Amino acid sequence: MKPSAFRYADPRSLEEALEVLSAEGEGAKVLAGGQSLLPLLSMRLAAPATLVDINRVPGLDAVETGEGGVRVGALVRHARLLEDAAAARVQPLLARATANVAHPAIRNRGTTVGSIAHADPSGEMTSVLALTGGSVTVATPAGVETVGWQDLFVGPLETSVHGPAVVTSAFFPALPARSGTAFAEIARRKGDYAVCGAGVVVTLDEDRRVSAARAAYISVGLVPEVHDLTEAVAGQPVDTADWAGAGALARTLVDPDADIHASADYRRLLVGVLTERTLIEAAAEAAGRTAA
Amino acid sequence: MTTKVFGEPVRRREDARLITGKGRYLDDIGSTATLAAAFVRSPHAHARILDIDVTGALDVEGLVAIYTYEDLTGPLAEPLPVLIPHPQLTAPRTGFPLANGEVNHVGEPVVMVVATDRYLAEDAAERILVTYEELPPVVGVDAAREARHAVHAEIPDNVAARHHQETGDVEPALAAAKNTLSFTQYIERSACMPMEGKGVHARWDAADSSLRVYTSTQASTSVRAAIAAKLELSLDKVEVIAPDVGGGFGVKIVHPWPEELLVPMAAIALQAEVKWAEDRREHFVSSAHERQQRQEITVGYDDEGRITALDVHIWHDNGAYTPYGIIVPIVTATQLVGPYVIPVYRVIVESVFTNTVIVTPYRGAGRPQGCFAMERTMDRIADALGLDRAVVRERNLIQPDQFPYDHHLTFQDGRPVIYDSGDYPGLMAKLKKLVGWEEAEQLRADAGARGRMLGVGMALYVEGTGPGPYEGGHVQVLGSGKVLVSTGLTSQGQGHETAFAQIVATELGVPIEDIEVTTGDTRRFGYAVGTFASRAAVMSGNAIALAARGVRAKALRIAADVLEVDPGDLEIDEGVVQVKGTPGASIPLRTVAVLSNPLRYAFDEAARQATQFAGPADDTRPPVAEGDAPGLEHVDYYSPVRSTFASGAHAAIVEIDPATWEIDVVKYAVVHDCGNIVNPMIVEGQVQGGVAQGVGGALYERMAYDSAGQLQNASFMDFLMPYSSEIPDVVIDHQETPSPLNPLGLKGAGEAGVIPGTAAIASAIEDAVGRRITAMPISPTQLYDLMRDQDTERTAAAARRAGTGAMA
Ligand SMILES: Cc1cc2nc3c(=O)[nH]c(=O)nc-3n(C[C@H](O)[C@H](O)[C@H](O)COP(=O)(O)OP(=O)(O)OC[C@H]3O[C@@H](n4cnc5c(N)ncnc54)[C@H](O)[C@@H]3O)c2cc1C
Repeated sequence: MKPSAFRYADPRSLEEALEVLSAEGEGAKVLAGGQSLLPLLSMRLAAPATLVDINRVPGLDAVETGEGGVRVGALVRHARLLEDAAAARVQPLLARATANVAHPAIRNRGTTVGSIAHADPSGEMTSVLALTGGSVTVATPAGVETVGWQDLFVGPLETSVHGPAVVTSAFFPALPARSGTAFAEIARRKGDYAVCGAGVVVTLDEDRRVSAARAAYISVGLVPEVHDLTEAVAGQPVDTADWAGAGALARTLVDPDADIHASADYRRLLVGVLTERTLIEAAAEAAGRTAA
Repeated sequence: MTTKVFGEPVRRREDARLITGKGRYLDDIGSTATLAAAFVRSPHAHARILDIDVTGALDVEGLVAIYTYEDLTGPLAEPLPVLIPHPQLTAPRTGFPLANGEVNHVGEPVVMVVATDRYLAEDAAERILVTYEELPPVVGVDAAREARHAVHAEIPDNVAARHHQETGDVEPALAAAKNTLSFTQYIERSACMPMEGKGVHARWDAADSSLRVYTSTQASTSVRAAIAAKLELSLDKVEVIAPDVGGGFGVKIVHPWPEELLVPMAAIALQAEVKWAEDRREHFVSSAHERQQRQEITVGYDDEGRITALDVHIWHDNGAYTPYGIIVPIVTATQLVGPYVIPVYRVIVESVFTNTVIVTPYRGAGRPQGCFAMERTMDRIADALGLDRAVVRERNLIQPDQFPYDHHLTFQDGRPVIYDSGDYPGLMAKLKKLVGWEEAEQLRADAGARGRMLGVGMALYVEGTGPGPYEGGHVQVLGSGKVLVSTGLTSQGQGHETAFAQIVATELGVPIEDIEVTTGDTRRFGYAVGTFASRAAVMSGNAIALAARGVRAKALRIAADVLEVDPGDLEIDEGVVQVKGTPGASIPLRTVAVLSNPLRYAFDEAARQATQFAGPADDTRPPVAEGDAPGLEHVDYYSPVRSTFASGAHAAIVEIDPATWEIDVVKYAVVHDCGNIVNPMIVEGQVQGGVAQGVGGALYERMAYDSAGQLQNASFMDFLMPYSSEIPDVVIDHQETPSPLNPLGLKGAGEAGVIPGTAAIASAIEDAVGRRITAMPISPTQLYDLMRDQDTERTAAAARRAGTGAMA
C-alpha cells in the first residue's frame, strides 16, 4: 500500500496552479486535504503522474457569509466550517451536516470543497450543496465560471469539471425565510460514511402551513438528488402535517443500491424513517422562524 | 512500600514508552539501506499457476531480486510444517512458502520481490504477470460440506479432520430424555486484526555466519528453531527477537509464516538487511481468520431444565490449510460444556477446507463458538419450558463441592479436562446483581414507553488457560542492585513487564523500580513455548516466581554465612537482607550479589564495599563449592500437570430501535474469576479489550467473502472493527478461586473477555425482539430482514409475553 511514483508541485498562486495543471495535462490531480486522494493513491486505485498541491495558494481559505449565503473557499477544512457560527446562522445545514463528516482528525485536514470535487455519493456535503441549490466556482486557464449543482455531479466520483481546473469555492445559498432544516444519518460506526443519511428543508407560508418540503439523501443513488416531498404535506398546518406520509412518499422516490452493509430495502426503510424524523425537526425550526 | 506489590493495581510501566511513540516496533527497525520485500499474491481463490513472467519488472530501477517457488531449495521447497499434528487430523495440508503450482486462497504468496524500498518493490510486483487457470472455489462451511468441488483434489470430501469425543452413549440417553430439542446455528468469520500487522527484519553477519531476525511474533524461540531448520543453519547461529509488538491476539502465534523464512533467506542470499512490513490489505487476505462454524445441536433435558444428554455436530471452516492442526476444533469441542454438568456428551467437529484464508486461533480460539452453542442451548431450554434463563443455568451448574471436576474429555494439551477450582453459583449470583437481572421486566417496560425494545441476555464460560508444556524464568541480581528478569515468551502489549516485575518484587523483596524485564528475546532465554491460550501469567509468572525463590534461597545462604546466623532468621525487604527483629544486622542484596562471585575485581564501589563482608578464604575448599555457581542468579521452569480453568459470566442489555433496527448495547456486565490476581488493573484492561472484541464479533465484524472467494471488505473502511464509540461501558466484578495447581494460584485472563459476547448479545437481542436468532454476528439490515420474514421463528417467551398483554 505505497503509491507509485508521482511528481509533486506546490504552486504559490492560482495562476501558477493552473499553469502546472495545463502543462501536466490529463495525468495531473489537485491535492487539497488528501483525505480521499491519498488513500486512493496508497491502494494504487489511482496513479496520477502529478499532484498539484493547492495548500500554499493564497486566498482560498475564507468562509464568507452574507445575507444571500455562505461561500466556502477551497482550503477551508471541515473542522473550520463546523465551528463557523455566522455560517451556521445563515445556512444551518452546513454545521449540521459537517458534524457527520468523518472524525475530528480527518475533519482537520479534509476540505469541504474537496469533498464536493470528489463527488462521493456517500459524502454529506455533495447532498447539502444540492439541497441548498448551491454552486461551485471553477477557475480554468480560460477564466472563472460558476457551475450549478445540477450540472456538476455526473456520476459517482465524477464531476463535469475536467481538464486544468481548480474549484476555488462552493456557494451555499441562505436558508429561505420561514424555513427550517434538519440533518440525520445512520452509520454503522460513529463517523463512518453513512448507510443512509437525509437532509431536509421545510418552508412554511405566513399561516404556518407547509409550502415546501424537500429532501436530499446520502448513500442513496449515484449522484445527489433533491426530492420534492411537498405534495404529501402541502397546505397542511405545521403542527399536524402528515410527516409520515412524506416519509412514505420519499420511499417511493428513491432507488438505493445494496452493498455489504445494507440491502436496498433496508436503505429504503431508512429513507422513510429519516425523512419523517428530520421533517418533524425541520418543521419545528421553521415554525420557530415564522411569526404566529 | 514498593516491594509487596503482588495483587496491587500497579500502573503499567511499559505504557509511558508505548503511548509516547517510543516503542520500537518491527517497522522502526532498519535504516534507509535496508532492502524491502513485497509480494505478488494470488488474486484468485482457487487456480493453477500456468506461467510467471517477470520480464516487465526487470527494468524497475531499484529492483534487487525476484523469487518464485523455483528459487526455493532444500527444506524451504517443502510444504510448511503442520505445527500440531493430531491422529484425527487425517488429511493435513499446508502451503509452500511461495505457491507451488496451485493457489488456494486470494492472498496466497506467489512471488517475492526485493527492492531498495517498499515503493519500488510494489512497482516491480505490479509488473509481474502471473497466468492462472481458474478452478472452482469452495467458499463457506456449507459449500465445503456439500463438497461439489474440492479444495485439494485428493481430498474430495474437503474434510481435514473429524474430531470426536464422547463421554457416554448419547443416543439411548437422548431417547430416554423427557424432552429434546434440535437446532442449527451459524457463527461467522472475524479476525485478530492487531494494530500492527506481521513483519520481519533479517540481518546476516557474513563474517560471523550468523543471522539476527526481528519478527512481530508471539513465539520467538519457535521461529528461531523453524528458521534454523528450514534454512539449514545451526541453532546457535540464529537469534530471534520479538521487538515491541503491536498486538497479536493469536495470529502471530502461527509460525513460521512464509515471510519469516523468505526474508531471512533473501538476507543471506543478498548479504543485506531485508525487511517486510505487512500492510493492512495483506493482513486481511494472507494472515489468518477464525470462527466460522455450522453447529447442529440436539439436547435432552428433564422438566426442570436439567440437561441429560447433549449431542453436537459442528462443521468448522479451517480455510485453505491446516498449519495449526485442529486446535480450534478441539477447543470448541471441549470447552463447549462450560460450567455445566453434562451427564452424556458427544461432540463431532468436522474441520473442512475452503478456498479462503487459513483459520488459526483468534483470542478465544474456538471458545466463543462453543459458548454460543452451549449458552444458546440453555436459552432454548428455558424458552421451551417457560423458565427464567438464569434458573435453567443455575440448575445445571457444577457445584463448588464438586471440584476437582472431571468432564472426561481430552483438552488441547492432550491432558484431561479436569476443572481445578471455581464457584459458578457465586459467579451467577454476582452477575444477576451487577446487571440487575431481576429488574429486567421493569427496564423492558420503561424502554417500551420510550419506543425502544429492550432485552437482556447472559452467558457463562469456563476457559482452560495456561496449558503447558512449560515456560522458564531467569532472575539475576547484579552488584548494582539491579534485578534482571527474563522469560522466553513474548509480549504484545499485555503488561508483562509490569506483572512479572510485581511477582519478582514480591518474591524477592526488592523495589519494583530495580527490576528490568525482558521477554521474547532468544539471546536472553532460549526455551519457551509462546504467548497464547491465556498462559503468560500462569506459565511464565510461576516460572519467574520459582526463579526468584531460587535467588532468594541463595541470597539467604550467602548472607547467613556473612552475618553468622541461620538462613531461617533472615528476611529480605526493600533490597536488604536482614536478621528478623534485629535492626542493623543486615547486608544489602546487591552486596550479596557481589559476594556470590569469588572473582571481585574492584571495578566499582559495590565491589569495594563488598570486601568488608568477605570472610577469610578457607584454603581447604574450592572458591566455588561443588554444586554451586558464581553469581546471584537462578533459572527455573514451571511445567503444569494440566491446565487451570478460569471462569466468568457476562450479561448484556440491548436496546433496539424498531424503526431502524439499530442495536445498542446499553449495559455490559462481567464477573470474572482468574484465581489470584497479580494486577487487577491489567486484568480489567484485558477484560475490557476482550469485551470490545466480543461486541465486534457479535454486531460488527465479519469477513464478507463473495461466492468467488473474494474478500469484499479487506480494509478498515468496510471491515467494521468497532471504535470506542461503539463499545459500551463495562461494569466488572471479580471473584477469586485460586488454582491449586500452581505456586501463585493463578489462572489465565487474556482471552476471557471475548468468549461470551456473541452468546450473551444474541440472547439479549432475541429477548428484545421475540424472534429466534440463529446466526451471528447480526447487523441492523439483517435484523430488519429477520423481522419482516414471516418464516422467522417466534420465541415462546414472546408469545407468553404477548398473551399477558406486555409488549411483544
Ligand atoms: C477514514 C475516513 C473517513 C471519512 N469519512 C467521511 C464521511 O463520513 N463523509 C465524508 O463526506 N467524507 C469522509 N471522508 C473524506 C473526507 O471528507 C475528505 O476530506 C473529502 O472527501 C475530500 O477532501 P480533501 O480536501 O481531503 O480532498 P483530497 O483528498 O485532496 O481530494 C479529493 C479529490 O478531489 C479533488 N479536489 C480536491 N480539491 C479540489 C479543488 N479545489 N479543485 C479541484 N479538485 C479538487 C482531488 O483532485 C481529488 O480527486 C473520510 C475520509 C477518511 C480517510
